[in-house]
Amino acid sequence: MSTTWATRRKTRIDDLSAGRSLTSEAFRRLRRDPVALTGATIIGVFVVIAALAPLIAPHGAAEAFPALQENLRPGSIPGPQDGFPLGGDQLGRDFYSRMLLASQQTLLVGVLATVIGLIVGIVIGTLAGAFGGWVDTVLMRVTDVLLAVPSLLLAISVAALAASPSQTTVIIAVAVVGVPIFARLLRGSMLSQRDSDHVIAATALGVKRPAVVLRHMLPNAIGPVIVQATLTLATAILDAAALSFLGLGDADPGRAEWGLMLAQAQSYLDVRPALAFYPAIAIIVVALGFTLLGESLREALDPKGSR
Amino acid sequence: MLRFVLRRLAQVVPTLLLLSLLVFAWLRSLPGGPASAFLGDRATPERIAELNRVLGLDQPIFVQYGRFLGRVLTGDFGASTITGQPVLAEIGRALPATVELSVLALVIAVALGIPLGYLAAQHRGGPVDIATVIGTLIGVAVPVFFLGYLLKAFFAVELGWFPPSGRLSIDVDATNVTGFVVLDGLLTREFDASLDALSHLVLPAVALATIPLAVIVRITRASVLDVLGSDFVRTANSKGLAPGTVRSRHVLRNALLPVSTTIGLQVGLLLAGAVLTEKVFVWGGIGTLLADAITLKDYPRLQALLLLGALVYVLVNLLVDLSYAIIDPRVRL
Amino acid sequence: MTPLLEVDDLRVAFRRRGEPDTVAVDGVSFDVAPGQVIGLVGESGCGKSVTAMAIMRLLPARGVRVTGSVQLDGVDLLGLSESQMRERRGKDLSMVFQDPLSSLNPVIPIGLQVTEVLARHRGMAKEPARKAAADLLERVGIPDPRRRLGSYPHQLSGGMRQRALIAIALACRPRLLIADEPTTALDVTIQAQILELLRELVRETGAALIMITHDLGVVAGLCETVNVLYGGRIVERAQRHRLFGTPRHPYTHGLLRSIPRLDAPSGEELVAIRGSVVDNLPWEHACAFAPRCPRAVDLCTGTTPLAETSGGRLLRCHNPVPASAE
Repeated sequence: MSTTWATRRKTRIDDLSAGRSLTSEAFRRLRRDPVALTGATIIGVFVVIAALAPLIAPHGAAEAFPALQENLRPGSIPGPQDGFPLGGDQLGRDFYSRMLLASQQTLLVGVLATVIGLIVGIVIGTLAGAFGGWVDTVLMRVTDVLLAVPSLLLAISVAALAASPSQTTVIIAVAVVGVPIFARLLRGSMLSQRDSDHVIAATALGVKRPAVVLRHMLPNAIGPVIVQATLTLATAILDAAALSFLGLGDADPGRAEWGLMLAQAQSYLDVRPALAFYPAIAIIVVALGFTLLGESLREALDPKGSR
Repeated sequence: MLRFVLRRLAQVVPTLLLLSLLVFAWLRSLPGGPASAFLGDRATPERIAELNRVLGLDQPIFVQYGRFLGRVLTGDFGASTITGQPVLAEIGRALPATVELSVLALVIAVALGIPLGYLAAQHRGGPVDIATVIGTLIGVAVPVFFLGYLLKAFFAVELGWFPPSGRLSIDVDATNVTGFVVLDGLLTREFDASLDALSHLVLPAVALATIPLAVIVRITRASVLDVLGSDFVRTANSKGLAPGTVRSRHVLRNALLPVSTTIGLQVGLLLAGAVLTEKVFVWGGIGTLLADAITLKDYPRLQALLLLGALVYVLVNLLVDLSYAIIDPRVRL
Repeated sequence: MTPLLEVDDLRVAFRRRGEPDTVAVDGVSFDVAPGQVIGLVGESGCGKSVTAMAIMRLLPARGVRVTGSVQLDGVDLLGLSESQMRERRGKDLSMVFQDPLSSLNPVIPIGLQVTEVLARHRGMAKEPARKAAADLLERVGIPDPRRRLGSYPHQLSGGMRQRALIAIALACRPRLLIADEPTTALDVTIQAQILELLRELVRETGAALIMITHDLGVVAGLCETVNVLYGGRIVERAQRHRLFGTPRHPYTHGLLRSIPRLDAPSGEELVAIRGSVVDNLPWEHACAFAPRCPRAVDLCTGTTPLAETSGGRLLRCHNPVPASAE
């Protein structure tokens, strides 16, 4: 019996002395958090479906079928039948295949928009946070102005610039919304790093400025930005859907994307509500997945959250 | 106090100037330049050249910006390319519809959000809390326009409790005084008109309120949790104060500080949400103007809406900052 | 004299899902007579603050189990309903906290924070309460008290804030005051003033005072009886002079030897207690202090020492420091 408490004590001290970083501690906490696990599972399933979509979808996204088109009348869209488990859509295409293939496009739009916004935001935030002074002032003034425009309005004005809407304009428009948020967050986080002891120590030891910024400040400051990026993935998908609804979405009729499908299905809501419900539920679940993961990430990284 | 107001106002000016510069640059970067964008289908090289001269686009760029700024400051945003009417007048006519909708949505969000958030925090980890948190997470994940259609399909079409679209029933004869239909009905003592207008407002306002409601609930909950764990609440309890006093004077007073900032930020969400909601409910407000401007590439109107939207947003947040300074004695004026 | 407060076998256990209970206070018993000043001393984590919170019934209801009894004037506080307890808090017993800035509500004026106690327990109307509050602020040494009623906490200095907190705690002349590290967050010069003020006030009002601190200097100047806590239990209790003169528990001994003293011969080394509180052993099988104890013998890691009382001293140790040492 003496071993039980002796070993227990030992592991307890090992825990403290092993110098486990905050992030690995956070990761350990995340793995036991049911909220994080739910979010991660949803995203995992979503990504797997998106990756395998071309293999598991029985038909193409643009492929129309006479069997479905024949029964296509105003006020009637064919429901589930042999070979088409979810029925057809308003153009006589296989709805089931389109749902599957759309996961890929939705993931693409969400991830690309977030990553582009993230990269630009990181560059701006790093410059502002690392140099301070007038560089900081100018960059932050610009981000302030962008933040002063309500996000969807900003996306709309960017998307409206394009001569004709396309997937690229949607991605860029949604990415622009994220830039000022990421930049501000990173800058604030960098500023608190700039005055921290380890950065002052590195500078005092004669480490060159870019090295201090990239090796010491950025890695320690990036946490909140990553959390925000996870949350942004959810809003990016929703914003893209809103743009589609306003007629600023992808103009390619053959492409299947959940936001686009949902927007187009609004006209057939009373004819075949399933056309709207399936993409809507898919969007809600996926957005929920990213939000759950993002929120629990935030809580795990926040030292206050551990109480 | 006055100095604080002036200083904050002074901070807003460069933001707005920079914004005007961005909008100006935005106009300049339109495909084919502003002239061809303004002319749309009617664009021919001669017409573009003519319009460029008329619009002063052959002038040096800073002269153009100066003129643009001058026009904007005098409220001249040009004429809509759809209707040919002055943009500002159009906006003025559509504004009451959107304000009415947004105000009701905000009232719903605040009136439900703060008590719900408080309740969830107080029963942290309990069934009420978990249900509330899940509700808010789903609330922000539902596309607004889809929710609008859902509400419409169920409560208007299926159950027939509320009218599906518009601001007034056709058979209701309402006198226009202010443009705010609910208010007009009260002013002219046409109460049936007010009632009719209210019943039209319910569904779009609920749809529009969803996201702000979810956000306010979550911020209130987090903020109350934070305050409940604070030392001064412990002190208040150690004094044996009645639970009601602790709640209102100590917990809520402090917890509502961050919530008030959030409410200001919601105005941005409302503006954006209005675009989607108004389209669903054929509302005919600012959002409808904007949606039409997008589809029909009405750049003068877009430009005006963009500038005014940002202006309102900035001013509302200024107002929030000021009220914050009044509630929080630590913010010295 | 019958004791004012009798704490008997107080146990506080924190329960966490999926983890064994953490016992923060483990069978603590002590008495306080009216007008008496006693000390609870120990490192952070020894359970002294939790003891205070348990007496005040300020621990969260969920996830915490409090057993034993806490009798104030023969009434078991642990058996009272929450609303009965609220009637007593601030009136019969009250508490002064460590960090005066965070312990005061930042958004309402000091005056209201004093008057609300008077209104609650004395039923005072607004004006008389303001008058009484001004008198209280004056009594605790806040200059220009009338004007200070309208001040907010952030407008006062640290010492003034602590004085205000003391004024709030003593507003209804409670018979028991618990002060939890009341001077820790303050400058050294202010610390002495606040301690002096507390001493005067308890003498004046006849209140009993439980002083909770990690600072033996505070105890030496103030307390008649001192309880030394380690790992949630009282390991030694004695009159101040006996405890400081002949500490018997190795922990008390170590604490005293780790304090720099001006009257010590130059060249004498300070002796630190090795390790830290995380090195505790669970009490069920051993003495919690054993891993850090210089006098530990085999018995210490195998059997829990029992509390023994002799000659007015309580001691919980298998191998105490001999009474003659030093």
